Amino acid sequence: MSESQETTASPDQTLYEKLGGEAAVNAAVDIFYRKVLGDYRINRFFDNSDMEKQAAKQKAFLTMAFGGPNNYNGQDMRNAHARLVKMGLNASHFDAVMEHLGATLTELNVPAELIGQAAAIAESTRNDVLGK
Amino acid sequence: MRSITIGESTFSCQPDETVLETLLRENVKVPNGCRQGLCQACLMRSLDNSPPASAQVGLKDTLQKQKYFLACVCRPERNMTVALPNQQGASIEAGVIKKQRLTPDIIRLVLEYQTPFNFFAGQFVNLKRADGLTRSYSIANIPKNDNILEFHIRRLPNGQFSSWVHDELEPGAQLTLSEAQGSCHYLSGRAEQPLMLIGTGSGLAPLYGILADALAQDHSGPIHLYHGSRDLNGLYFVEEMRELAAEFDNFHYTSCVSGDASESDHVKGRAHDIALSSIETLKGWRVFLCGHPEMVNQSKRMAFMKGASIADIYADAFHVMQDKK
Repeated sequence: MSESQETTASPDQTLYEKLGGEAAVNAAVDIFYRKVLGDYRINRFFDNSDMEKQAAKQKAFLTMAFGGPNNYNGQDMRNAHARLVKMGLNASHFDAVMEHLGATLTELNVPAELIGQAAAIAESTRNDVLGK
Repeated sequence: MRSITIGESTFSCQPDETVLETLLRENVKVPNGCRQGLCQACLMRSLDNSPPASAQVGLKDTLQKQKYFLACVCRPERNMTVALPNQQGASIEAGVIKKQRLTPDIIRLVLEYQTPFNFFAGQFVNLKRADGLTRSYSIANIPKNDNILEFHIRRLPNGQFSSWVHDELEPGAQLTLSEAQGSCHYLSGRAEQPLMLIGTGSGLAPLYGILADALAQDHSGPIHLYHGSRDLNGLYFVEEMRELAAEFDNFHYTSCVSGDASESDHVKGRAHDIALSSIETLKGWRVFLCGHPEMVNQSKRMAFMKGASIADIYADAFHVMQDKK
């Protein structure tokens, strides 16, 4: 990385702070949700006429992936996705969402190292989301 | 210590407790999810004081204006009287003062009320007749201190309420009205933002109100209204709209007919298809969608994919009440 002081994160900053906190989530949510809805492989799982509610859920997901405050536990994740698992949700769909998460952060010029950290957090929910 | 009043009960909110925590502790059923102010499952409304701004983060601006808040992140600064979104407030009485047939399918109904009543043009109320039969209709006029509410009521096949309005309701009759509801309305601010209004049939009613509101508040950005119907019986106010378009440089009006309308001077096709294909991008636009649920849901998605932000899309889907037989 450059030596610019602007971009030198202090060592005790959390990932969430490094990414830009709530403002960053707000910037990411429309981009991310648009990618998901535009992807024919997975958009049936997001096809909800209440787009506001869907967007709010995407925001909660991104906040968690960004290392932000969240109260979700594994059981919540399982319960929330059980209906989708019945609809056929599997690893390939999870991979597609991971792709869009990465692409969204890339589009927002987030450094690769931080994208990797966010992806790792999202990845940690895989088994719960897929009900494994 | 602050108190929280809901319905007939009042509870005290312990220091550091949120409204959600207080209500759950007192066994009041409030839907909830993330408890971080994100999922919006615990949406509630303050009936008196404005809620703390921190409890309104992420809510649609129209909902903020109506004092909605998220109970899970609301630490009350004052005593609050609150309600769940589906809890009805007080109802009022209003008398029919005018009934006009606009097309064979659509009646313009004007009511006058006596008790104070707050609303935004584009919101809806439940109209209830004496025997209790109730339907929701959108308000087509802006508040002007004249105690008037205007509705456009389309006759639905086998529609109990709409047939009664068309065939039997007479000036002088009384109706009971719920409080005004819904978040599909105009708010001042961002006056230069382009507006896209798309409606089918009597979906023009809320859009007509929203348009009147925007023009009355000197909205300076371009305003595009697309009104569509399957046949000519669903199109109305065509001359009024054309006159408004002639009067206001920033207002543009397009009437659309999706079924057979040869010989007419309307654009052929579905209003939302024509509207959304006319624009390269909706990035930065404010979008209002009213009418047929399928049209509204499709257009919402299309508008979002075309670049409109979710926060800038306001929608009112007219669901048809199924009569229980």
